[in-house]
Amino acid sequence: MTVEALFVALGVCVVAAPAILLLAIGGAFLASRPLSENAMARWTASCVACSLLASVAILTLMLGTGSRYVPVELGDWARIPEEHFHFHLKFVFDRLSVPFLILTLILCGTTSAFAHRYLHRDPGYGRFFLAFAVFLFGMVVATLAGAIETLFLGWELVGLSSALLVAFFHERTSPVLNGQRIWSIYRISDAAFLLAAVVIHHATGTGDFTGMMGTGPWPEGRAAVTSGQALGAGLLLLVAAAGKSGLIPFYGWLPRAMEGPTPSSAVFYGALSVHLGTYLLLRVSPILELSPVLGIATVALGLATAAFASITGRVQADVKGALAFASLTQVGIITAEIGLGLRYIPLIHIIGHACLRTLQLLRAPSLLYDYHALEDAIGGPLDDADDAPGRWLTERRRRNLYRLGFHRGELDDALDRFVVAPFVWIFQRFDRLERRWTDWLAGAASRESDRRAASAPIGEEA
Amino acid sequence: MAEFRFPWLSLSVLICIVGAVWDALARTPDVARRRSLGASGLALGCTLAAWLDFVLLGAVEAHDPWSLTAGLLGSPLLALDPLSAPKLPLVALVYFLTNLATLRAKAREFSFARSLAAEAILLATFACKTPWAVAALLAIGTIPPFLELSKAGKPKRVYVVHAGLFVGLLALGAALLETAGDASNPPVAAIMALALAMLVRSGVAPFHCWMTDLFEHATFGTALLFVAPMPGVYGAMRLVLPFAPSWILQAVSMASLATAVYTAGMALVQREARRFFCYLFLSHASLVLVGLETASPIGVAGALCLWLSAALSLTGFGLTMRCVESRMGRVSLSDFSGLYRHVPMLAALFLITGLASVGFPGTVGFIGLEMLVDGAVQSSPVVGAIVVIVAALNGLAVIHAYFRIFTGRPHASSIELHIRPAERASVLVLTALILGGGLYPQPGVESRYHAAVALSRSRRSHARSPVDPAHGAAAGSRLPSGRVAIDLIRARS
Repeated sequence: MTVEALFVALGVCVVAAPAILLLAIGGAFLASRPLSENAMARWTASCVACSLLASVAILTLMLGTGSRYVPVELGDWARIPEEHFHFHLKFVFDRLSVPFLILTLILCGTTSAFAHRYLHRDPGYGRFFLAFAVFLFGMVVATLAGAIETLFLGWELVGLSSALLVAFFHERTSPVLNGQRIWSIYRISDAAFLLAAVVIHHATGTGDFTGMMGTGPWPEGRAAVTSGQALGAGLLLLVAAAGKSGLIPFYGWLPRAMEGPTPSSAVFYGALSVHLGTYLLLRVSPILELSPVLGIATVALGLATAAFASITGRVQADVKGALAFASLTQVGIITAEIGLGLRYIPLIHIIGHACLRTLQLLRAPSLLYDYHALEDAIGGPLDDADDAPGRWLTERRRRNLYRLGFHRGELDDALDRFVVAPFVWIFQRFDRLERRWTDWLAGAASRESDRRAASAPIGEEA
Repeated sequence: MAEFRFPWLSLSVLICIVGAVWDALARTPDVARRRSLGASGLALGCTLAAWLDFVLLGAVEAHDPWSLTAGLLGSPLLALDPLSAPKLPLVALVYFLTNLATLRAKAREFSFARSLAAEAILLATFACKTPWAVAALLAIGTIPPFLELSKAGKPKRVYVVHAGLFVGLLALGAALLETAGDASNPPVAAIMALALAMLVRSGVAPFHCWMTDLFEHATFGTALLFVAPMPGVYGAMRLVLPFAPSWILQAVSMASLATAVYTAGMALVQREARRFFCYLFLSHASLVLVGLETASPIGVAGALCLWLSAALSLTGFGLTMRCVESRMGRVSLSDFSGLYRHVPMLAALFLITGLASVGFPGTVGFIGLEMLVDGAVQSSPVVGAIVVIVAALNGLAVIHAYFRIFTGRPHASSIELHIRPAERASVLVLTALILGGGLYPQPGVESRYHAAVALSRSRRSHARSPVDPAHGAAAGSRLPSGRVAIDLIRARS
């Protein structure tokens, strides 16, 4: 077997294992024969291990052969040659994707092992692992994507699984509303991504990253677009990344996402999902390099997010909320690093941060217990943390910053007030107009559905 | 024109007609249900055979042998071409699965005989290319829902006003088209009347209220079957697209685009599931029309893909919603109904079919939507952006409805709510098609692209001015490439 054939076999193995996991759990669910808890855990562990071993083998082979770029072509998913339309299924192993892939698989493996015990006998155990399989497959596809359309495919799967897992405890109103909010932000992000993909496709004639970024393995490629095209597509990609990574103005979903079970919070919002936006920016970094304006916008967005999240994180009353904003601070800094033209440092930053945050989030449920144990051991309360950065601020400024942090910048409320509310108001007016029109045409009350009594407004709607 | 090996088209229509009569004579709803399942199953078999035969013949167009109408009219009335070939089995499948998923408890409200009659009319419509016959069949197709509304004693004025407008415009357009001497140069008034008729039938705003009204008053099954195959879109393709000047197409496109946005927004503020479904459907039907008018082969091919995928996925979505409704009556979206614990599988199918309708990756609508966006961006970047926004809004609406129906405190019920085998079978078949078509989209994409090119050729053959150098040479000889066809259209406009 040649080295190339070995690369292809291993590459297929990396992608196929999560796909098989999804088929196994999803197929069993649709056939009304759900797997037992142990079977699901075994399937998950085996598939993650298989994918991880194959990716480590690829890394070893790459180091051994000195390859920096290994494409695995699976052909066109759909194509119309006459129109130069093709949906290319191509996966790429390079210096960006391989570390991120190994990180993904290690953290997913750890979290699934944790979840197996954490969610034992929970009625939603199967639902969690099904959404987890969707997430794992989406992450692997997005990480290895060699074409922007393939990346979009993985991106959407990650978004759906995230929203469903935030709403995991779906018998309560609040998690469901939060899941819905997250889905809304993700849809904005997806729309921006899809538009960027189409713009790039039209500018370069291909969705393939090799074609888009010119020759040379990551991070040395040069984008095959003009500066203006780079600015247009890059801004759309920045919006997409901001939505996915919770940057300003979309940060509101991140603390809401902590409503999900701890394992999903760890893997989604502490470790992987929250970094997917920055991963996208790293993948299309040659485009960022073409436009100084885009670079400045990326740095500004990153720094603003980091500063804001740092202030807000300090006044959170719950541990998961504080960790969410701590994550966001780091993600903002990573974004600024990317905007400054750094490539390896943000990648290392992502890996280190993801590992630390997963550990913190998985430890969060038992933290209070540990604190009590510690205080019992030392015989008194622990000292409060020293608020060194705040000492040089006046009392008034500190109060204002506290208020800003406490209300989370009120940007979430502003989105509700200035975007959602006018939208709903306008369409409710249209609905009333339609009712009047059909009532007039019918000569009587025309809506049978009005007889279905609506219950009181719920949750945040109230 | 090639001939089928067997008169599949006539047979499928005939089976439905005979089945409708036989069904009407049934003494109990249970017998009627069994008979209708047999008849619609046979019709589905015939349409599948017709499609297979058409593919094996490799012809551009094929008709039945021993056609009665060929002797009377000089040409066979029923024929298949690349555009209609997959639509016929789709229509038959939609009817069969809807009949299958109709529970015994609902069999008294939902008339199987009427459903078979409507299927016969619709199959004939989709197998017909002759303008006057298409117009006539589309007009006749408005009768079954009217009969249901009348029989059930429901308000029908909104429906009658719109149906009357539709039939009047159709009659006017068809009459002007027939009286025009030169078939290649139809009067603009005729095209305008036909275009307006198709806007009414497709529910383009402000002519969409009949559809919400139908969903309010008719049974869910009847309303679903009347709209899901999108006969208005078919009418637009047969009666408007080949003849219409560019400005009419642009006007239709703009109206459809505005409707797509408007109905996507309306779907988000609905507080009742049927109305929500209706607006979601309207948004998709409008997107299909937008794609058809992009006048680029990839946009048209995307619209044709979306047409099939939306019909499939929205039928599945509608059927799951109908299953929910049959368990708890009209479904309110103002509250969380908490049905997940009772029907987890129905929840999963609802999610899959709903996401498929908005072109989620891995489902049948994904590639179609990508192609549509691609074609729309070629036509105008703003249109492309709006199409993407509409898709995003529809995605929001689907998840919103999912959460409202299936999450929340578990629904208290004293009766068994589990999904029945017949319901499960029908929705699972659709889900299999949705996922299968999503994972292996190439045959569908290829076939729809050929249909789009054939449409372009048909449009070109009706060109008024002979400015195209290739006009005479290419017509009827071989399929031109899409790019050539579109260049010709653009050159003319």
